[in-house]
Amino acid sequence: MTQATSKPRNADTARLSDALPNETLLKWLYDMQLIREFEARTMQMYQQAKIGGFCHIYSGQEASAVGCTAAVNHDDPIVLAYRDHGHALARGMHPAACMAEMFGKLAGCAKGKGGSMHMFDKPNWLFGGHGIVSAQTPLGTGLAFACRYQWEVMETAKKRVCLTFLGDGAIDQGAFHEAQNLASVFGIPVIYIIENNGYSMGTAIHRHTANCDRLTMRGESYGIKSIEVDGLDIRNVYDQMKPLVDECRDLQRPGFVDLKTYRYQGHSMSDPQKYRTKDEVESFKERDSIANLAAHLMAQEDDGGRGCLTEDDWNTMQKDIRQIVMDAVAFAEQAADPDPEKELSTDTYALPMKNLSPSENYSHGTKNPLL
Amino acid sequence: MAKLTLVQAINQALDHEMTRDERVVILGEDVGPNGGVFRVTDGLAAKHGNHRVQNTPLDESGIIGAAIGLAVAGMRPIAELQFEGFMGPAYDQIVNHAARYRNRTRGTITVPLTIRVPVGGGIHAPELHSDSPEAIYTHSPGLKVVMPCTPYDAKGLLLSAIRDPDPVIFFEPKRVYRSFREEVPEEDYTIPIGEAKVISDGDDLTVVTWGASVFECLEAIDNLPDDVSIELIDLRTIDPIDIDCIAQSVQKTGRCVVVHEAPRTAGLGAEISALVQEHCFLHLEAPVQRVTGFDTVMPYYKLELEYLPDAERIGKGIAECLAY
Ligand SMILES: Cc1ncc(C[n+]2csc(CCOP(=O)(O)OP(=O)(O)O)c2C)c(N)n1
Ligand SMILES: [Mg+2]
Repeated sequence: MTQATSKPRNADTARLSDALPNETLLKWLYDMQLIREFEARTMQMYQQAKIGGFCHIYSGQEASAVGCTAAVNHDDPIVLAYRDHGHALARGMHPAACMAEMFGKLAGCAKGKGGSMHMFDKPNWLFGGHGIVSAQTPLGTGLAFACRYQWEVMETAKKRVCLTFLGDGAIDQGAFHEAQNLASVFGIPVIYIIENNGYSMGTAIHRHTANCDRLTMRGESYGIKSIEVDGLDIRNVYDQMKPLVDECRDLQRPGFVDLKTYRYQGHSMSDPQKYRTKDEVESFKERDSIANLAAHLMAQEDDGGRGCLTEDDWNTMQKDIRQIVMDAVAFAEQAADPDPEKELSTDTYALPMKNLSPSENYSHGTKNPLL
Repeated sequence: MAKLTLVQAINQALDHEMTRDERVVILGEDVGPNGGVFRVTDGLAAKHGNHRVQNTPLDESGIIGAAIGLAVAGMRPIAELQFEGFMGPAYDQIVNHAARYRNRTRGTITVPLTIRVPVGGGIHAPELHSDSPEAIYTHSPGLKVVMPCTPYDAKGLLLSAIRDPDPVIFFEPKRVYRSFREEVPEEDYTIPIGEAKVISDGDDLTVVTWGASVFECLEAIDNLPDDVSIELIDLRTIDPIDIDCIAQSVQKTGRCVVVHEAPRTAGLGAEISALVQEHCFLHLEAPVQRVTGFDTVMPYYKLELEYLPDAERIGKGIAECLAY
């Protein structure tokens, strides 16, 4: 533990998150543990070939999704790339819908037609889950443009912001630079959060991006307020994100966050991980965000903690979560497969189109069962 | 002679050409020590040096644009894109620059560039990782488009592609990558770009296909009654298309079925149908049939096999064409 956290709370060391009620922090712990457990099962299901394709595990980065979403309102939209299970759960997607999607089942959040990389949840203002790295960044600019327009011109909504997550690899794409420039020129309340886990697939950040120690310079060069955040400590994520979000909301301006984090697993489920050492992974696990928050909640107030969680409570919480995730797996297992006759033909256009679909006449696809 | 998989044959061709020609450099995401997503470039960085097998940042437009720059300056770049879906961000460079540089400079500047791209479905991945965009690039004058499906053809065609004075998109059907082995000579040999291959001779009907669908067609033909004789053509090169080979066959059989994974509308099946009626009109005994993917986005996993033309659908298409 660091000096600062072992000192009693006082005015100097007071943090924004200290003012939050215990329930809020307990919920953070719950949400982070839910993601951790969910991902552990996801890996298992992938190894059992219940999940297909590509699957990117979020373990280690939980404080980012949970801490950042804690700093915004429920109707502030969120958009991101393919490492998206954590954000979906943090946003309130039911674990069963998330797991069923990966199983390719109709009850999944994208009817089982998208899989791991395509988590969507409109009621929870989650706009995906996208497979083209960095393509989500101008989408975020557009979502935030709409937020501003709906507040300022249409007067149908209050001031909102859009959180747009991207990886450190994604900052190298041209799309991100176009997105930032547009956001700054137009004055658009989008906050780009670089979940900087130090690697773009197998390439370390210093080998893939220039000036990687000072990423905030990039945002600043577009006139965007830019901050660096230690993303392994969720209280710190909140402490830094909340004022930025408030400012961007208030001024209707973009923001840029270099959020330093770390992924425990390989890039995807098929990664030999030749590019890093076990020691490096272990060194980050020592700063584990979940263990640290649990310790903080368990420590007594005199020790700088909150004393609102006992060892037993924590064990019970973990047990409950384990059950919820097992239930999600069981749900996904027994859920129905999409019916090809129906599901291949839907969702391409608002209205069914001639010649679009498969039919009982599979070799031609000339009959459309919807017509 | 060593028996190699498609991956190994491509790796051998790359190694061979890098050894033979110092101008050859490889660029792509994680192509270095990790050997690329599908490990196609495994070992090449260790052997030829990181300066010749360049791990790039994640920027397809930058990769292809820089490779074009290298090519016009006299190098022989080979760019790897990880999946066909990621050609999107590079589309401008491929179609507006690589394809048109020769024409725009009236032949004074050429782009000897090879773009290697894994393609097609069948590995349980969703859209962007399972698409078949070959028609899009065929529609762009100035590009050559190749899609071998056997290790032997892959090596010979890749060597031709690298040595070709014009840009070649070299599609690698990813579900065939490790599906079987065949004998591949270690020595230098090329297969000319633009030559189709007749895989089986037949008199009753011609099936035209390419890429991984070749194997589905073989299975479909295998399931037919013994007295039906089918001629199966593997295009190998999609652009320029070997219309002589197709026309010669259809003039003999009078019937043609085209099979591809990509969506049906404005797919290559349409182009081949048009060519067949132009070249074989008086020989045709039935309309050209298309057995293809559907006009929708490639779905994930549980529906992928429904989307992809399989032996059953191909068999039906053949039967209907024969019965017409
Ligand atoms: C346009 C595009 N190029 C390449 C890929 C393949 N790819 C998927 S993730 C990835 C690395 C991205 O790293 P980063 O942005 O740091 O995110 P992280 O995986 O670390 O969360 C690559 C190269 C892709 N999905 N889209
Ligand atoms: Mg990263």
